[in-house]
Amino acid sequence: MAANEKNPGGIANWFDTRFPITDLLERHLSKYPAPTNLNFWYLFGFLMIVVLAMQILTGLWLMMNYTNTAEEAFSSVEYIMRDVEYGWLLRYMHAAGASAFFALIYLHMFRGMMYGSYRKPRELIWVGGWLTYVLLCAEGFTGYVLPWGQMSFWAAQVIISLLGSIPVIGEDLATWIRGDYLISGITLSRLFAFHVVLLPIMIIAVVFFHILALHEIGSNNPDGIDIKKHVDKDGVPLDSKPFYPYDITHDIYALGVFLIIFCSVVFFFPEGGGYVLEYVNFEPANPLSTPAHIVPSWYFTPFYAMLRAVDFSLFGLTAKFLGFVTMAAGIAIFAALPWLDRSPVKSIRYKGVLSKSFLAGFVISFFVLGYLGAVPPSDLKNLLAKVFTVVYFSYFLLMPIYTRIEKCKPVPERAPEH
Amino acid sequence: MVQPSSPPNPGRRKFLSYATSFLGLIGTAFVAVPFLSAFKPSARAEAAGAPVQVDISTINTGEMMIVEWRGKPVFVVKISDDSIKLLSQVDAKLADPSLETPFQPEYAKNEFRSRKEGIAVITGVCSHLGCSPKYYPEPGSTDFDPDWQGGFFCPCHGSKFDLLGRVYAGVPAPTNMEVPPHYFSKDNILVIGSDGVS
Repeated sequence: MAANEKNPGGIANWFDTRFPITDLLERHLSKYPAPTNLNFWYLFGFLMIVVLAMQILTGLWLMMNYTNTAEEAFSSVEYIMRDVEYGWLLRYMHAAGASAFFALIYLHMFRGMMYGSYRKPRELIWVGGWLTYVLLCAEGFTGYVLPWGQMSFWAAQVIISLLGSIPVIGEDLATWIRGDYLISGITLSRLFAFHVVLLPIMIIAVVFFHILALHEIGSNNPDGIDIKKHVDKDGVPLDSKPFYPYDITHDIYALGVFLIIFCSVVFFFPEGGGYVLEYVNFEPANPLSTPAHIVPSWYFTPFYAMLRAVDFSLFGLTAKFLGFVTMAAGIAIFAALPWLDRSPVKSIRYKGVLSKSFLAGFVISFFVLGYLGAVPPSDLKNLLAKVFTVVYFSYFLLMPIYTRIEKCKPVPERAPEH
Repeated sequence: MVQPSSPPNPGRRKFLSYATSFLGLIGTAFVAVPFLSAFKPSARAEAAGAPVQVDISTINTGEMMIVEWRGKPVFVVKISDDSIKLLSQVDAKLADPSLETPFQPEYAKNEFRSRKEGIAVITGVCSHLGCSPKYYPEPGSTDFDPDWQGGFFCPCHGSKFDLLGRVYAGVPAPTNMEVPPHYFSKDNILVIGSDGVS
């Protein structure tokens, strides 16, 4: 225990003998050994912590004025926007914060995929991060329903109906989740409870686990080398630098850049061209009329395109169920990455041309599917969605093969320019 | 540090551990019942499923009326004579034209999917993901079908139905739209949500 030896009578020492606060802070913050070769891809985790804190704070304040009933929800959001001082700012921050969270987590996940951060011994860190993503999807969906506009209502209708496609138990399960025969105030009220209590607690818990696990194992780096192989006499890796002051300065600089972009959206484009807040949702929910174009939030569109792409039945299973399974698999398959990758190297820098091509294919398919899921369907677009769904899954499913047969470059012992 | 000495009767210890865990699991299952049950539709939500009564004399031929029952839209369509002729022509494009799947009460397994000639009564919920299809009664060329014979089109995922809510083949929706239980209490008074006394 690193008790404060310099000043045994000091207040820090008083705490340290009762709770090892100095040791904890040094281990997880100030003296955490970050690899020397980290690049900008390593900024997004820190930014997400800031966004998470912001979402909790703005969410708490919004909750003070929001009413979770079918009759009052829409007008209470209008009330927040018009009558509560700075209510508009709190709501715009919360809405833009949700989009920012997803943008950051996608970049963060892509970083892990590029540099093989999911590889042994970081499997659990990766799975914990993936779980955060799944919970975040649920959090995004439930939050989207709360304003009780047209899009809220019909998004809830479509998503919960997906469960109805499960053979045998589906319909009863959907009714059970809704608490009614159709989406109603009862459904709104329980989704609200999930959004403000259950899911945030789970997200915080899983993020805590994710960071704790990371700090025990140590960060990966763009070269995928194991910095713990070469340590100094105190056991500190040679290719590392303490988080404070070296890494924190990068992170705070990045936070400045992020806030410039984020505030530009909040103040000048709060609706984000219909992607942060959708225009159809400015109309109150009407259970008797479906809007002409129903589109999910941008961060779900790749998976929505997969759902739509499956329009054929197979082995006696309905197209609806198969579409649901494909969509769920598109999200679930990330968790399997640590066991699919059989490459002798971690980082894309030393992998062969096959890995690079498949990763590029994955990125392209993610963007194309994201576009296709946001526009009205047509025959050509449906065909494209089918093709890119196959490309998307081939990155994962063929990985055990192409990572084994390709020729990799040798990985250096130490970080470059050490 | 003191090490636990091995118990004098390990078999009995093991039995007690298993018995305690087993009883604990049963207790957990019992505690789960109220939590899971509270998720089911409440008595009030069930009561909202009571039948509704509408006067259909106000609907003109070829028009549709939307009635709310259990929070769902119910389409009541007065089908014109021209449309009746077209209906038999679309049979070939449909997945289940002869209503083999039980998505209507037995008394509605007929030409109009209702108890009354010239009237169709359909729950206006797409059998795909529960959106409410739009009414496009006019035959002709549309954005979604160059050879449209009149019917319903779901804006969410492009499922097509004819005027009787029968689904087209090769669209996301797997089945015909359902026909709710209904009867006519008087000639023009339609009751939705009950089979009536027959």
